[in-house]
Amino acid sequence: MTEVARLAWMAGRIAAAFDALPEEQAAAAIAAHINQFWAPPMRRGLLAADAAALAPRVRRALALVRPPASP
Amino acid sequence: MGLIRETDFGTPVRQGEATVSLVIDGQRVSVPAGTSVMAAAMHAGTKIPKLCATDSLEPFGSCRLCLVEIEGRRGTPASCTTPAEEGMVVRTHSDRLGKLRRGVMELYISDHPLDCLTCSANGDCELQDMAGAVGLREVRYGYEGANHFDGVKDESNPYFSYDPAKCIVCNRCVRACEEVQGTFALTITGRGFDSRVAPGLTDFLGSECVSCGACVQACPTATLIEKSVIEMGQPEKSVVTTCAYCGVGCSFKAELQGDRVVRMVPFKQGGANEGHSCVKGRFAWGYATHRDRITKPMIRGSIHEPWREVSWAEAIGHAASEFKRLQASYGRDAVGAISSSRCTNEEVFLVQKLVRGALGNNNIDTCARVCHAPTGYGLKTAFGTSAGTQDFKSVAKADVILVIGANPTDGHPVFASRMKRRLRQGAKLIVADPRRIDLVRSPHIEASHHLQLLPGSNVAFVNAMAHVVVTEGLVDEAFVRERCDLGDFEAWARFVALAENAPEETERFTGVPAAELRAAARLYASAGNGAIYYGLGVTEHSQGSTMVMGMANLAMATGNIGREGVGVNPLRGQNNVQGACDMGSFPHEFSGYRHVADDATREMFEATWGRALDGEPGLRIPNMLDEAIGGGFRGLYIQGEDIAQSDPNTQHVTAALRAMECVVVQDLFLNETAQYAHVFLPGASFLEKDGTFTNAERRINLVRKVMEPLAGMAEWEVTAALATALGFPMRYDHPSEIMDEIARVTPSFTGVSYAVLEARGSVQWPCNAAAPEGTPIMHVDRFVRGTGKFMITEFVPTEERTGPRFPLILTTGRILSQYNVGQQTRRTANTAWHDEDVLEIHPFDAESRGITSGELVALASRSGEVSLRAVVSERMQPGVVYTTFHHARTGANVITTDYSDWATNCPEYKVTAVQVRRTNALSRWQETHQQEAGQLRRIAPAAE
Ligand code: SF4
Ligand code: SF4
Ligand code: SF4
Ligand code: FES
Repeated sequence: MTEVARLAWMAGRIAAAFDALPEEQAAAAIAAHINQFWAPPMRRGLLAADAAALAPRVRRALALVRPPASP
Repeated sequence: MGLIRETDFGTPVRQGEATVSLVIDGQRVSVPAGTSVMAAAMHAGTKIPKLCATDSLEPFGSCRLCLVEIEGRRGTPASCTTPAEEGMVVRTHSDRLGKLRRGVMELYISDHPLDCLTCSANGDCELQDMAGAVGLREVRYGYEGANHFDGVKDESNPYFSYDPAKCIVCNRCVRACEEVQGTFALTITGRGFDSRVAPGLTDFLGSECVSCGACVQACPTATLIEKSVIEMGQPEKSVVTTCAYCGVGCSFKAELQGDRVVRMVPFKQGGANEGHSCVKGRFAWGYATHRDRITKPMIRGSIHEPWREVSWAEAIGHAASEFKRLQASYGRDAVGAISSSRCTNEEVFLVQKLVRGALGNNNIDTCARVCHAPTGYGLKTAFGTSAGTQDFKSVAKADVILVIGANPTDGHPVFASRMKRRLRQGAKLIVADPRRIDLVRSPHIEASHHLQLLPGSNVAFVNAMAHVVVTEGLVDEAFVRERCDLGDFEAWARFVALAENAPEETERFTGVPAAELRAAARLYASAGNGAIYYGLGVTEHSQGSTMVMGMANLAMATGNIGREGVGVNPLRGQNNVQGACDMGSFPHEFSGYRHVADDATREMFEATWGRALDGEPGLRIPNMLDEAIGGGFRGLYIQGEDIAQSDPNTQHVTAALRAMECVVVQDLFLNETAQYAHVFLPGASFLEKDGTFTNAERRINLVRKVMEPLAGMAEWEVTAALATALGFPMRYDHPSEIMDEIARVTPSFTGVSYAVLEARGSVQWPCNAAAPEGTPIMHVDRFVRGTGKFMITEFVPTEERTGPRFPLILTTGRILSQYNVGQQTRRTANTAWHDEDVLEIHPFDAESRGITSGELVALASRSGEVSLRAVVSERMQPGVVYTTFHHARTGANVITTDYSDWATNCPEYKVTAVQVRRTNALSRWQETHQQEAGQLRRIAPAAE
């Protein structure tokens, strides 16, 4: 499993890329990006992360991140 | 097949609609206006004797051998410098002409050593041919007069020699260096009888010469000749193939004796290079038969054991059973593969097919991850396709060329020669680069603007360019209205117009003076044709993808897309980066850039391959490494890549490799990565395979086999055997059948086959029912995605920051004579130009640290430390240092970090905070690496 800090950092950079968008749209864009490019073990790790470790906009996007089927 | 002798028209073949019609020796011939009488005669099948003319060069008119008679004109004009005109009546042979030509030849021969029988050019010498053609029977001047027979040979270049005794001062070499290569290294010194060719005041190796070989090719005599020809003699047959180095994709004739290469000669019909080459493709092929080649499959239980040579069956069986074991113990996703941009389309297609079909996951990635993945993401988002928009030829129509984060004269030399030709014709140049690359000022070229931006500030820079375009009324409104999504455009225009994006504001990030940036933006936007060319200085950043979209925005806003002379053009690093990406090597995409979650596409592949396929994206290379350290990823098949040297943060990479239970490396050499491998499958060089490479202009070129694979199996056969052993049978008799499958399953390739490539030489995809001839220029009437999409590109500074401990920024790159990790070029005489990585440092930074050129310095970052020699250089700006990553023993990537592009995880090679200090020792990493390298590469003696 990838370190949570690494996943949180990567998700944070994705959120920063969509910083110019209004919050709702940003959440959708962040989640869409993660769903499109993150393999199941990474999404699983992110979804299991302590919310406090995540950027606020990433936290918001989590609800839209597709949970992977169990391995 | 015999030796291919290409027709030499004597002067350049002109293109154009308008023709003129004339009569030559009683035969009527029509040629494009501007064609010389000499070339017109050649069109009619008449070879006029010539010495100083060849069709890669403009006519010069010095030898006077090509004289003709033209009705109504006095004298005997030179046919090479006389343009064909409507109604002309030309005679190429008469007694008078014969006499004149013999006279000319007599003069040449009287000062030429008569050792034809033992001369290395015997059989390939135009002087010899011409003596025959003009019927030379005697030399009235005798051979006793003054001559140049004692001229001293210059053997300094490792690949060719210069023997002034044989020079006829035809000037072809000097002109080739100027017109074809654009280096201007040669001059004619002295006057009259004393004139000689010289590379400045030094020898070839010490001169400006970049060893492209254009002069050697142009030389009609044995004066400039390949040392391999001197050693081996003349070749007897040719096989046309494609260079295996950079993304220019030059076509070559491999000229052979049996299956031994005598020399590589660039092929005039090659669409990418049209007869030109660089030092790597033309000369640096010796690695293919280097004694370090591993030709026997090997396995070992642990990396601390010596390698054991085994049969192919045992090696493949072992790899397959290990992968099955790992999947049974740790889950289906615990294994994956990395394919290589140095391999053919057919080879990379099979590797991804193996992963998806045999391993049942999408853990396949390719080395484009660490170079041009952001290009794929950015251009697909903006235009709808992950590829450059133009063919190389297009640059000949550009009025303003904007080069961003690329160093074409080193990285893409043959394209650079095209670009330089256009610049000498008067096109304007803007260079945006932290270093003063050679292009900024070179013979007859001077950039209008060198925007020396600080590494990491690309997006601030491109936003400022856009700000000027939008706020100064330079938008091509008609183009935007007709071709782009207006809503997106308006949102983008509002964004870039914000005061924070004004050049005066961004100056504090970019370091580029606002007035200069404004001038550059105006120049680009008001060019008739503005063309952007970019390289890894754009992509290898934490905002690499954003920057690609930023450049696409700029091109769309100024209407610079969809015709010749414009576009957004990635200069690809390795020969088949474009192809590897096209072939479905990314973990989220099938061939043709279709997402694995797309049900219709996946079902089509499932039906074709007879396997259920996974609809979830797989792991990318950095993700695989992270997962390996976390324990979830245990087995990796690596085709032709050397991640332990090429990928960032070496210690992280090697820790990940050590954490895996089965690493399978398929390569020519026991490379750095192989030190951590358990199975070694010997690879085949480009000379040993049939297949195709796709270059940076989407051109699919054939690679043809010159010799049998040294290890007995072609790489595609090995991959197919491994897939079969994993329970997913793959049966092909020839790579052409793999291409047939690619064409069946990939919409942009449906018109591609080996038959088409044989007939046409090459095609540029898309090549299908809609574009049966292929597509040199994309997005002509509409974008592939419909309307062009403007994306908001906010500047987010990298988190890699300088500070008191690491006050300088390191940026990395490459040089002309070496290629990538150097596994190939280090095993050639190219080391004459570059035998170690050095650190370029500005005099100011050097002085404050007491550093002088040639001294050993320690280069340290948060990731690690290495020692290398310093070169004090004003090409750098203060605060920025530079090195290359061609030598494993330096370990430049020990320094680089895990930071990466937000969208693609492409590493941020171009920005690392570092400190530099004097030292007298290797770093600890280097010492350990040296000790371990021998240990981890041991091969057990073969059992009797
Ligand atoms: S090898 Fe190339 S660069 Fe060198 S002198 Fe010849 S043409 Fe010029
Ligand atoms: S070196 Fe060759 S090409 Fe150059 S002037 Fe002499 S004969 Fe001509
Ligand atoms: S420019 Fe690139 S493709 Fe052409 S010869 Fe040089 S390395 Fe090979
Ligand atoms: S070939 Fe025309 S003058 Fe030399």
